[in-house]
Amino acid sequence: MSFDTLILAALGYVGLLFTVAWAADRAAARGRTRWTDKPIVYTLSLSVYCSAWTFYGAVGYASRSGLEFATIYLGPTIVLAGSWWGLRRLVRVSRLHRVTSVADLVSARFGKSNPLAALITLIALIAATPYLALQLQSISVSFAAFSPGDLPSGPLDGWVAVGLAVFAILFGTRNLAADERHHGVVMAIAVEAMVKLLAFIALGIWVVWGLADGPADMLARIAARAAQPDAAGWTLRPDRWTALIAVSAAALLTLPRMFQVMVIEPADETPLTSAAWAFPAYLMAMSLFVLPIAVIGKEMLPADAAPDLYVLHLPLSQGADGLALLVFLGGLSSATSMVIISTIALATMVSNHWLVPLFLALRRIDASDTAPADIRGPLLASRRIAIMAVIGAGALYQAIGGGQALAAMGTVAFVGVAQLLPAMLGGLLWRGATRKGAYAGICMGSAIWLLWVFLPSLGLRGLPDLGPVDPLAGAVFVSLGLNIACFTAVSLLTLPDPQERLQGLSFVHAVSPEATMAGGAVRPEGAVRAEALLTLARRVWGGDEALLFFRSEADRQGKSGFLPDVTASFLSRLERRLAGSMGTATAHAMLAQVAGQRQTTMSELMAVAGEAQRAKERARQLEDDSDELARTARSLQEANDRLTALSVQKDAFLGQISHELRTPMTSVRAFSELLKLPDLSPEDRERFAGIINEEATRLTRLLDDLLDLSVLESGRARLSSSVVNLHDLISRAIEASSALGSGAELRIDRDTPTEQIMVMTDADRLLQVLINLIGNARKYCDAARPVLTIRTRKLTDGTQITVMDNGSGIPAEQQDLVFEKFSRLNDPARAGGAGLGLAISREVMTALGGTITYLPGHDGAAFRLELPVRPPGLGASAETS
Amino acid sequence: MSLPPEGPIFLERAAYRRRRLQDAARLLPMATIVLLLVPVWLMPSALSGALGMVGLFAVWLLIVIASGLLHRRLGRPLPTEAPKDEL
Repeated sequence: MSFDTLILAALGYVGLLFTVAWAADRAAARGRTRWTDKPIVYTLSLSVYCSAWTFYGAVGYASRSGLEFATIYLGPTIVLAGSWWGLRRLVRVSRLHRVTSVADLVSARFGKSNPLAALITLIALIAATPYLALQLQSISVSFAAFSPGDLPSGPLDGWVAVGLAVFAILFGTRNLAADERHHGVVMAIAVEAMVKLLAFIALGIWVVWGLADGPADMLARIAARAAQPDAAGWTLRPDRWTALIAVSAAALLTLPRMFQVMVIEPADETPLTSAAWAFPAYLMAMSLFVLPIAVIGKEMLPADAAPDLYVLHLPLSQGADGLALLVFLGGLSSATSMVIISTIALATMVSNHWLVPLFLALRRIDASDTAPADIRGPLLASRRIAIMAVIGAGALYQAIGGGQALAAMGTVAFVGVAQLLPAMLGGLLWRGATRKGAYAGICMGSAIWLLWVFLPSLGLRGLPDLGPVDPLAGAVFVSLGLNIACFTAVSLLTLPDPQERLQGLSFVHAVSPEATMAGGAVRPEGAVRAEALLTLARRVWGGDEALLFFRSEADRQGKSGFLPDVTASFLSRLERRLAGSMGTATAHAMLAQVAGQRQTTMSELMAVAGEAQRAKERARQLEDDSDELARTARSLQEANDRLTALSVQKDAFLGQISHELRTPMTSVRAFSELLKLPDLSPEDRERFAGIINEEATRLTRLLDDLLDLSVLESGRARLSSSVVNLHDLISRAIEASSALGSGAELRIDRDTPTEQIMVMTDADRLLQVLINLIGNARKYCDAARPVLTIRTRKLTDGTQITVMDNGSGIPAEQQDLVFEKFSRLNDPARAGGAGLGLAISREVMTALGGTITYLPGHDGAAFRLELPVRPPGLGASAETS
Repeated sequence: MSLPPEGPIFLERAAYRRRRLQDAARLLPMATIVLLLVPVWLMPSALSGALGMVGLFAVWLLIVIASGLLHRRLGRPLPTEAPKDEL
């Protein structure tokens, strides 16, 4: 196969990737993200984890250290297996805050601190540069593997770097959307992921079934190879095994490129449920044939062949040119996808945390600045400069460095970025984590990494001597251990500032940041500020998108037009949208400049806490209040019903009383007329005079009653207290009421012995009540054989008298009314009185300090009188009177 | 142990199953760590060759299958919220 064919194939393949990326971007621009939102695309884009280090380096790693190579893929397997409660949460919180990178996440959590983000960017850049160089180098050596041997690699390397930079700039910085999604790039990465998987599996199958004699033979060869004396490195070392699994698990979360594809690119966390098993399966498939290829390569290739390039040399040496080309394309895919994503991710960090803050510091954005100074240009330019700088650094590193085994650089980068994990995880799980703690942990871990891992890997320093422990494993344990220790200890000892505490609450409990803001207080000079903010947003996003956002915000507040009130929650949302374009810390600083937003103070934080507490209380009070209201409404309803009924009764009574007054008056007048007649017998005269007298008495009684009642009601009744025997009192009442008797003879059922109770009260008044009750029973008891039962009881705090008959009682709907004035049962014909008896009785009992109640649920009408031990208003002196 | 202060104490069957699935999803990474680390700690040299490779990939496959089954079922919406498209 000619070298030109190879170049053509490579160019054609790259052309295909450009087309795919372009098509996906175009579709996304039209709002069609059906393909890029598919879980399979998400899973395949995660495979950017498998860089050229995997594609070429894993075989080299395996030929040196046997099964240990698998640790790099087992760590991610563990993390993905726990995606339901780990990764999902990370993705959700990150989407909530629209973070743009791992540095952005950590800095946003620890109070939107740009210096912290800048530090993390630095560490990520230091770790990534050799790693990027390694990818470029792998492309260069894979070209070299096909070439006759005397090819000068310099210009080709340069063109590869330029091509990658162009791709990254074209598809990575096309626009400054409010999020960092790159549909075209993700789609291209997914295609590349399939190519590299196909290439590697095709090679593996060819090796196992073509070169070896099937799986059984392959296992035998592996066993034989492991037993050879020069395979000492194949013996697994538990310390390295554990350390490498831990580091690769950490790196999956903190590598900028992995964070980009795993957290930033997906629309939400749903594709994770598929990736949870599909990505481990992908990694397993990529790892399955590594050991066989390493063993067969060792057997069949000359001893001086580089193990890192077995995957290319094996098919080439056997004349399988087509397979070799496929493998080459797979390797190219691995390297390019890693470089592109890494570059975009790192460039975002460099731009957001280094260049833009610098730009803003040099040129203050002034709210009053009406000149249409566009920030988009500088922002995009800074991205592009950063992309070129990152790729340039990798290329430069490759040009002056190079020559190391591929595998070593990967591990170095992994251990480096793993130092970010304690701060990131701690920040997400523990509200007590502070910025100073994060600084301490990251600085401590990174320092050990630089001294014990990074510098030795460049040959600038010797490896630390840790006795029986492997130097790399030792460095991992010590650096991560001290990192965690410093992070925790400093966090425990220091106080977070209010901004940090707000962010901590929002991150740890995954609540929206504006939910933690204090209410919707409108800031002063609202309209002016809103206009300035709109100007700012237009400069960052361009006119249309900014207007759209502002209008939706105004809508949300129920305002028309484009200028919403500048409330805390609006500012929070605007800040997060801006953060999607330029990083949390930068967006915060910029808004602080334009909106005149001050630093959150401790008292504001307390106000937020108080506000939340009050809101909770209000909600509870409302609940109570509504109960209370329901109760009040019910009692009001009852009162109203009673009033209505009473009013009807009163009207009826007025008619009745007029009639009652008129009847005796009429007969008095009529009989007095008769008395005037001259020829009247003495008997008749006597009789007529009797009638007149009787009627006049009735009138007097009625008026007496009314007068009595009004006296009692006004509280002017005079009581004379004395001690009486209840038995005597009841006997007198029965005797007195017998005069009122009508209808059937009333039988009185008394319990004489218990009636021997001495009570102190106004005897005459109590007698009046008893007469009234007994009289009522005589008058109204409608039983065939009326029986009146009277029971008395001596209580510790008074005396109880129950009077009940065996009639039909009082209907339930009238029980409420019997004690009202002028209230009478339906049958006025049978009523001898004016309906004042029970009303008077109640007033009397109240005056005596007792009560009279109707007892429902008995056969007939039953009343209970309760008397206190002594009437109110009567001191001890009353006993002596 | 006191009862949970909010929400129903007992759940209907579907919700109950889902809770237990979530428990299992929490346990899965722990089980994975144990399966991957402990054998290598106990007998590193025996697992260094062909036996190690067979064992490792068997465990790996098991994890993938277990994770697949769990997450597929967790990814499904609850049956109560299912009939949305029947409007």
